Amino acid sequence: MKDDNNNKLNPTHLNGVPKRAAEIAVEHNRDKVKAIEEEDRKENNRNKPNEEQYSLNDDRRVKVLSPGALVAKRFFRNRLAVTGMSVLVFMFIFSFLGGVVTPYGEKQIFYRNDITNKEYCSVVTNEEFRYMSNDPLFSGIAQAQAYLAISSDQEQYSYNDVTYDIEKLSDDLYVVSVGGKQVGLAYKDIVNSLSAEVSENDFGFVLAALSAYAKGESSFTANGKTYSLSDGDIKLNGEDVAYISRFIVRSAYPDVVLSKRFKTELQEALETGDEDFLFTEDDGEEYEYSLSYDAYRKSYSVKQGKETRVIDQYSPPGKDHWLGTDGNGMDMLTRLMYGGRVSLIIGFIVVFIESIIGVIFGGISGYFGGWIDNLIMRVVDIFYCIPSTPLLIILGAMMDAYNVDPKIRMLYLMLILGFLGWPGVARLVRGQILSLREQEFMTATEAGGIRISRRIFRHLIPNVIPQLIVTMTMGLGSTIIIEATLSFLGLGVRFPFASWGNIINDVNNTFVLTNYLFIWIPAGVCLLATVLAFNLVGDGLRDAFDPKMKR
Amino acid sequence: MRKYIVKRIFISVVILFFVAFIIYALMRCLPTSYIEQVARQRSMAPGSMSYEQWMERLAAQYNMDKGIVVGFFGWFWTFLKGDFGDSWKWTVPVIEKFNDVIWVSFIMGAISFFFELIIAIPLGVIAATKQNSKTDYIISVIALAGISFPTFFFASLLKLVFSVKLGWFDLFGLVGRNYNNLDAWGKVLDMAHHLVLPIITLVVISFGSLMRYTRTNMLEVLNADYIRTARAKGLSERKVIYHHAFRNTLIPIVTIVGGSRPGLFSGALITETLFGINGIGYVSYQSMVGGDIPFSMFYMVFLAVLTLLGNLLADILYAVVDPRVRIA
Repeated sequence: MKDDNNNKLNPTHLNGVPKRAAEIAVEHNRDKVKAIEEEDRKENNRNKPNEEQYSLNDDRRVKVLSPGALVAKRFFRNRLAVTGMSVLVFMFIFSFLGGVVTPYGEKQIFYRNDITNKEYCSVVTNEEFRYMSNDPLFSGIAQAQAYLAISSDQEQYSYNDVTYDIEKLSDDLYVVSVGGKQVGLAYKDIVNSLSAEVSENDFGFVLAALSAYAKGESSFTANGKTYSLSDGDIKLNGEDVAYISRFIVRSAYPDVVLSKRFKTELQEALETGDEDFLFTEDDGEEYEYSLSYDAYRKSYSVKQGKETRVIDQYSPPGKDHWLGTDGNGMDMLTRLMYGGRVSLIIGFIVVFIESIIGVIFGGISGYFGGWIDNLIMRVVDIFYCIPSTPLLIILGAMMDAYNVDPKIRMLYLMLILGFLGWPGVARLVRGQILSLREQEFMTATEAGGIRISRRIFRHLIPNVIPQLIVTMTMGLGSTIIIEATLSFLGLGVRFPFASWGNIINDVNNTFVLTNYLFIWIPAGVCLLATVLAFNLVGDGLRDAFDPKMKR
Repeated sequence: MRKYIVKRIFISVVILFFVAFIIYALMRCLPTSYIEQVARQRSMAPGSMSYEQWMERLAAQYNMDKGIVVGFFGWFWTFLKGDFGDSWKWTVPVIEKFNDVIWVSFIMGAISFFFELIIAIPLGVIAATKQNSKTDYIISVIALAGISFPTFFFASLLKLVFSVKLGWFDLFGLVGRNYNNLDAWGKVLDMAHHLVLPIITLVVISFGSLMRYTRTNMLEVLNADYIRTARAKGLSERKVIYHHAFRNTLIPIVTIVGGSRPGLFSGALITETLFGINGIGYVSYQSMVGGDIPFSMFYMVFLAVLTLLGNLLADILYAVVDPRVRIA
């Protein structure tokens, strides 16, 4: 009674398994006996020439099934269980074959070309006087004095005993001369040279061009050549050689020299009010620039869209990546396949370990009884009391602190989970064996003088197997959940290995939770579907093994 | 009966002793450099005690300088005296921090337990009475889905739908931004508002097993001879189910439910962590990850005590509820 009570918190007990242990066994044995009889009858049947001759009430007319086939038949009649089974088959194919079929590797990182906008240059409209000097007399302070004179509308000023005359050609153009000789210019419009034939620093040319521009003339002569001027474009023999404008283009980088063509095209774009501007460099590379006007600084900033190679993070599902890519630029679908492989393998190994230990200890305990039983059951009690989640978390944190290799870590994880899980199996096996060993067939084995180990493992344990299979199937589901939870907390399977849990781990980032559903929903659905399928199959198996439940 | 209880308590204490020993040994077996590493990290923090002081304190509480067995007895003795040491992470006595956070977890657990009961038991009864019908299938699948849902996935889904898309709840935390400006009633409402999602999570995750348990037991009872007798007497189906069957189903349910009640204090580690609720689960999680040995040890032993208490309670309830059970 006492030990029975101890079972109360046993999860398998929750599902009401061990209760009818004795009945199941009886049923099972009856099935066995029947099966043997049927076998014999079949043998006889083969000798008969014509089967049609059986009379109506001859039970040889009835199709005979082995106990295994009966279980299978009952199982396949259960629609839910079959659904679960097909989900499992799909998951296995998905995880184990998927990894082979997919063109990508588990840890393959993808890159994409991204356009990043970088400040390239700025364009300012010139509002201040610039000065050009033709003579050492008009330098430095003389220019400053000229500015003062211009702003106070004087026509003459003197500096260093030299008298400078100022001739106003327009509001924006002043010519400074000393004794009739033109020594300098103060101007706002800027002459930009486009060809080698003219120079922006050629005083005579600039003076002629600007005066013509100020006066609105359509041609001017400088250095013996005649240039035509229209709308600020200066042409020599119909060819553009220079232009006049107020824009100043400044490069954001000291080492980048802006070509004249770039400046012209940029200016055209600005004048038409475009916001984007495409420019093809001389070497044929095309860049995209975005233009924006900053009213406060009265300048245009020009940003160059530069193609850079970046890790393809969180790219949405598409043709290349059916489920997108994750935060490390890895293909989500492939990660999901490998993750499933890891989750399933861990589940199977853990359940295998705990069943082996559990069956051995449970078998010994149940068969021998007495002090051995007492001892083992107290050990089981102790194991039951050790809080496993905190323990796993502490061990995980410790492995973190020591930077254990992810592969070895996975191994430890399996061992620890397996070692923590065996007491449940041991209890189940013991409970079953306690009732089985009182039955006649065990007395028969004893009378037959069979070895003890053979009696336990060949006669008792096989009778426990149906129960064990049910528990193991359900255990697989819960092990996968535990593993996923640990991985989710970052304490189980670690990067670079994928597991469904650590794929979902990304939702800890609220941005991913909100915007990148394709990252965590598929993994969660896989996890849910697999665990649910294991539970459904376990349920179905239980019903199939235990026909008493189905009336 | 009394003799039995005394005996059980005695066994429980012995088990607790061994569990505590294993936990203590585990902590001691954490490679010493790990403890030293944590102590060193702690001493780096501004205004912290020196490394020697940390180690000295640990040695005083946990007898780190003695052998494992001797050290364990010393520690067990201080533990029994109620001296649990000072938490490293929270820099207050362990018991004080524990007292701060346990009640949130308890309230959360109690409310979700209540909902669990009123959802699981009726559903279980319905599923059993309509065995193999469509209703039964649907209820069973829902219950199984609840069991199969990984907590973190379900919580994330809830967050996505109710916090992000609908904006009804905050993503994290137990109190809102405006908490301090609210009056007493407002504070309670604010907390309740923040507890809705965690409680839904807890209920959905855990009602399945109780429902299945109810269904299995109900089925068993419905197959019993006295139910056939009741039907043969010509009682209405209603009376048969709710008067005769259900009462008998209650026996195992009361046992298992009663036995799991100390678990209300254990906190919900994952749920609290996900929703950022400062209950015992979240705090202990932070302590464990942060290498806070005194707090983690206290929490683990505390959980062991709860489990033992639960088992004991279940056994006693079993005898109390079902008069047929005689305890030797």
